[in-house]
Amino acid sequence: MIQLTIFYIFAAVLLVAATVVITSRNPVYSALFLVLCFFTSSALWLLAEAEFLGIALVLVYVGAVMVLFLFVVMMLDINLAPMREGFARYLPVGLGVGAVMVAEMALVVGSSSAEFAEGAIASTVVEGGDSNNVRLLGNVIYTKYVFQFEVAAVVLLVAIIAAIMLTLRRRGGTKHQEVAEQVAVHKADRLRLVRDPRGKHDNQ
Amino acid sequence: MIELWHYLVLAAILFGIGVAGIFLNRKNILVLLMSIELMLLAVNFNFIAFSQAVNNLDGQIFVFFILTVAAAESAIGLAILVVLFRNRGTINVGDLNSMKG
Repeated sequence: MIQLTIFYIFAAVLLVAATVVITSRNPVYSALFLVLCFFTSSALWLLAEAEFLGIALVLVYVGAVMVLFLFVVMMLDINLAPMREGFARYLPVGLGVGAVMVAEMALVVGSSSAEFAEGAIASTVVEGGDSNNVRLLGNVIYTKYVFQFEVAAVVLLVAIIAAIMLTLRRRGGTKHQEVAEQVAVHKADRLRLVRDPRGKHDNQ
Repeated sequence: MIELWHYLVLAAILFGIGVAGIFLNRKNILVLLMSIELMLLAVNFNFIAFSQAVNNLDGQIFVFFILTVAAAESAIGLAILVVLFRNRGTINVGDLNSMKG
């Protein structure tokens, strides 16, 4: 019973925060309320016994992705006025499409909710007793799904390289060292022996 | 006790909010990206709810991979956004009409 109460509280916070995300006037507020969304979702996932993913959601999304969002929102000097035009015009169709989709999904869920659990595919069924979510997940992810795990790592590597290459900018006029040229230099390039035109005596 | 349908209805409403956000913020590409994040979160909710209901860990593995790909997607999307702003001086979707699709 207390679990249900906690679920309803977090679900209400989640839905209110999600509504503020899409209706807020300022993108900074949208990003901050999206952080709240992820926090409450993390709590709800903990409630659903997905502890590792709840923590990973906070670490990855709140810690990395939303900071990236906030960074971009604050770095770009955005004129907010033209962003808002069309908001009132698209309000009816947006709410209509959203409501229709929610109603359809609720109908599907309501009509066949009890039958979902019966068609379980017993491929990675959790044996009773061990309730350590991280150990169970690790047992599966490093054996059965190891190839997919490595592909995910490659996806992240490609994302790193793509993001860096997209935003890399070589500006002209900046002072920097060319290490290759410094290493490959010869004596003849730098040193030039000249005869002093004034003669020997002045030199001594 | 929390049943499966609690999570499914919550995820459905969250997905509906994400879809409505795409319609409402058609000019603001940043909030469009955030709406996509909301929809991905709703999908993850479904995976986790079913994973708990059928006592099967595959759903949580899927959520793990979805989180990975979504993080990569938003990183590249924001990088494209920064380059776009640098070149055009605006991120208004209405001004991005150079290809006249």
